[in-house]
Amino acid sequence: MFADWPCPGPEGPASEQALAFDRDRAHRLLIVPALFEEANRTRRFLVETMRRLDAAGIDSFLPDLPGCNESPQDFAAQSLHAWRTAMAQAAAHFAVTRVLAVRGGALVFPTSLPGWVLEPVKGATVLRQMLRARTLSAREAGRDEDSATLLEHGRAEGLDLAGYRCGASLIAGLETAVPADEGQRTIRQAELGGGALWLRAEPGEDAAQSDALAAMIAREIAA
Amino acid sequence: MTGLANDETDTLLRAILRDVLGLAADRVAAFDADTGLFGALPELDSMAVAGLLTEMEDRFDIVIDDDEVDGELLETYGNLLAFAQAKRAAA
Repeated sequence: MFADWPCPGPEGPASEQALAFDRDRAHRLLIVPALFEEANRTRRFLVETMRRLDAAGIDSFLPDLPGCNESPQDFAAQSLHAWRTAMAQAAAHFAVTRVLAVRGGALVFPTSLPGWVLEPVKGATVLRQMLRARTLSAREAGRDEDSATLLEHGRAEGLDLAGYRCGASLIAGLETAVPADEGQRTIRQAELGGGALWLRAEPGEDAAQSDALAAMIAREIAA
Repeated sequence: MTGLANDETDTLLRAILRDVLGLAADRVAAFDADTGLFGALPELDSMAVAGLLTEMEDRFDIVIDDDEVDGELLETYGNLLAFAQAKRAAA
């Protein structure tokens, strides 16, 4: 169920983990997860989707972004560039044939692969939401912080956002990054039915949405 | 006027609250102008507020500045709806 893959890092290669349904089949899908808290909120949904893809005869791989989940690497050392390099490496290691990028994953997925992007989001939007969460909780605690000042500080020295120690290069990258999909098909939430799981304060799953996503991917691979 | 006329903003705002907070549709449909939000809904912590505001910006095509967000804005559903209606009218 778990597979290791070698990932380049600042201190040499690191061994990263991926959740894998691998039976050496012809169709092999790399899933590039959403970023930050949205990755946690969508993980169960993606795992359930992978089970269905497995039943439909499609191998799938959900690698950890370096610094996230079970990764041995330091989150503070990460950047969009590092994540892009890592996802390209995972794609090569698992010899995938297609890709599914989820939300902020569309900022770092290997764009040369055919596939899908699920509700891609701009880096600036991801950043804005985390800055906002920080200023709101500061205000609750009686401190006054504003997004513009935080951002300026973050560009120079990095910033703690939503429990993540974001390095300056990650902040700078997020400010300008736009989804890099080119030829991949964009899947909208409305196609899956129900509410978007990455919005939920509590991680959830929705069998109907996993059914819909897996069926869509299997159908379009077969087409 | 209660500010709760059955208009598009009201419908969209209820859908956003349902999606962001994972609330049941019938519970959100029962919200009225005086229904408490922040502090009254345990689902609505500061992370969820950030998600709610970002989603409002996205779906209403508006920009919400830091200094527009205060305790009053999120106190009741009526306040939040009035804010959304005013922002949309100004956009």
